[in-house]
Amino acid sequence: MDKKKRRSITRGIILAVLAVAIGYTVYAAWTKDKIEIVNVGSKAPDFEVVDLNGEKHRLADYDGKGVLLNFWGTWCAPCEREFPAMTRQYETYKDLGVQIIAVNFAQSDFEVQKYVDNMGMNFPVAIDKTKSVFTAYNIDPLPTSIFIKPDGTVDRIITGEMSEAQIASYLESIKPE
Amino acid sequence: MNKLLCECGHENPEGTKLCQKCGRPLSAEEKDKKIADMRYEGTAIRSKTHNKSIIDKVWNFFSSVKVGIALIIINLVVASIGTILPQEFYVSVATDAEKEKYYSDVYGWFGEIYYSLGLSDVYSSIWFQILVLMLGVSIIIASIDRGIPLHKSLKNQRVKRHASFMKRQRVIAEGQPIKNADDTLELVEQKLKELNYKVRREDQSILAERGRFSRYGPYVNHVGLIVFILGVMLHLIPGFYVDDSMWLREGETRAIPGMEGYFLKNDKFILETHDNAPQGEQLKQGVNVVAKNFQTNATLYKQKADAVAGQADDLEEVKEYEIRVNHPLKHEGYAFYQMDYRLNELKSMIFDLTHKETEESLGQLTIDLTNPEDEYELNDGAKVKLLAYYPDFAGFKDGVPQTATASPNNPAFIFKMFTAEKPEGETSFVAIQQTLEPNGENIYKMKFANVETRNMTGLTIRYDRTLPVLFIGGIIFMIGVVMGSYWNHRRIWIEQSADGTVHLAAHTNKNWFSMKKDLDKLTDAAHLPQYVDQQEPATNEQQELEGKEETEKEGKPL
Repeated sequence: MDKKKRRSITRGIILAVLAVAIGYTVYAAWTKDKIEIVNVGSKAPDFEVVDLNGEKHRLADYDGKGVLLNFWGTWCAPCEREFPAMTRQYETYKDLGVQIIAVNFAQSDFEVQKYVDNMGMNFPVAIDKTKSVFTAYNIDPLPTSIFIKPDGTVDRIITGEMSEAQIASYLESIKPE
Repeated sequence: MNKLLCECGHENPEGTKLCQKCGRPLSAEEKDKKIADMRYEGTAIRSKTHNKSIIDKVWNFFSSVKVGIALIIINLVVASIGTILPQEFYVSVATDAEKEKYYSDVYGWFGEIYYSLGLSDVYSSIWFQILVLMLGVSIIIASIDRGIPLHKSLKNQRVKRHASFMKRQRVIAEGQPIKNADDTLELVEQKLKELNYKVRREDQSILAERGRFSRYGPYVNHVGLIVFILGVMLHLIPGFYVDDSMWLREGETRAIPGMEGYFLKNDKFILETHDNAPQGEQLKQGVNVVAKNFQTNATLYKQKADAVAGQADDLEEVKEYEIRVNHPLKHEGYAFYQMDYRLNELKSMIFDLTHKETEESLGQLTIDLTNPEDEYELNDGAKVKLLAYYPDFAGFKDGVPQTATASPNNPAFIFKMFTAEKPEGETSFVAIQQTLEPNGENIYKMKFANVETRNMTGLTIRYDRTLPVLFIGGIIFMIGVVMGSYWNHRRIWIEQSADGTVHLAAHTNKNWFSMKKDLDKLTDAAHLPQYVDQQEPATNEQQELEGKEETEKEGKPL
């Protein structure tokens, strides 16, 4: 009887190991297309961009502040729709320790400057000419918004358009205490 | 668990066909057979012995040869269905809707069904991967289930076997030696050693065997397969495998996806063609131009050690390379392959500021589409201000021009022209073959003069650390095949009774012909009675076939 029990345990262990291996493989293959280099809860990769006014913004320098990193392009209609709301909310949240940085997808200075003048964005806008930040954050659809907590970890990743109410509540959640 | 007690006193597990100690047949079925079933040495295949808990049921499912063969067939069928039409991966359209349209447009109703069943992306579907992995599980469990008992019984072989075991082997001999009856066993031992057999002797019994390791061939072979599957699975673990692609315009530098901290610049893309007159096959297939060379002159850059993403103004050059087909740029295990190209993307547009009536030009300006300027100074104090630029003009929405993408596929501009006649400026919207003058008739126009273009290169970035694992898996697999194919396990049992009578039995898992040649030599050397084949086949050929069948049954216990 004892021997049989032992055999059952051995078989059980082997089957469990194989099941875990299959589970992991299938899971990994399923999520492979959307490899998230940046995950919610993990540390946001450090980066440095230069905005249209020539000022440098490095993520590490915003330690202790909440950061909304918005990736956009001038041709992207949902980006255009959410900027006015973002601009309004920034009026409130910039004094509460939250920074918004908009990173453009490698377009020309001319286009981006005209767009910003037109849209009246009141937060820094930078152009990622080498798509380096885009690659580091593995950004695919535009717009993508990364909300980073004061401790530098990612609070949430939103792909697609956000309503003003969403923007407000997400900014609220990354506000320093 | 029930035990089977053999007459010799040995306890055998349930399901055993031949006693593991003396070789007596145990099952009724086995007793009826004229020749013993020597597969797996007559041991109980583990999974066939009991079937109770869920664990055992799952185990038995995967251990079954029938299930294994069914899995192989299903895998093969599905994999071959995936080759009927090109997979989505090779169809260069972006969205799902476009893909669906592509399949129905190009392949009709068949393509539609093919796409809707998900066969157009079958290899990355979950259920296909589960099928392959189930086959892997089947290989592992079936090997454990059969390999371990086989190994045990091969290791614990007795020299002395019961007469009923000996009698029921395929090739046997019985009788008095022709001469030198006293030395028979010595002669046998000497001759068999000469023939490279491993000889064990206990009293008046001899067991000689050679090529036992060939019995492990199929299992080694399976280990190779498992290693290979593991290697493929490693693709999914970050850091082992990168397969990415990037488009790079001439003059553009960008971060390399999948290769952190590195940047690649496209200095020039070159497409060369043969300038021959079309001939032969070329004419038949209606091909005018044949490509000679696709080449990207690229420069690889690296960020400074402590740099972060976005810091691209202080790059160190790593190397320059001319990437051509089959000549990838290689660096630290990464390789950049020439895969695709697009020619003649607009780079800059040249306009003349022209008086509409006199056709007199006030000068020419070049707009770099990657970096347009706010203002262009011309002759005699005339200047042109660029108010807006739409790289991919897609019509107006509520009176505002829209751009569909960021690529200069269909550039449109709003100019304000300042001239001596109109110092307050005239506004003009200029797109390709379309000019609008929103504030009334203008005196001047922006006359299109010329364009400059540039090429784009499509590169694939590969990084594969799993190759050594795949290679080792392949080698192990081949070793297993060779072990099982070029060697065979031959065994000879000989017992001499007190009256000098010799009992001989011989078994091999295949190649009975060579086995018999060995026996001929042995018979000759030790003056043994002539052996008989109890299953004398009609011809040698058939004999070979049977040998093979038997190996296959045992050799692939999937």
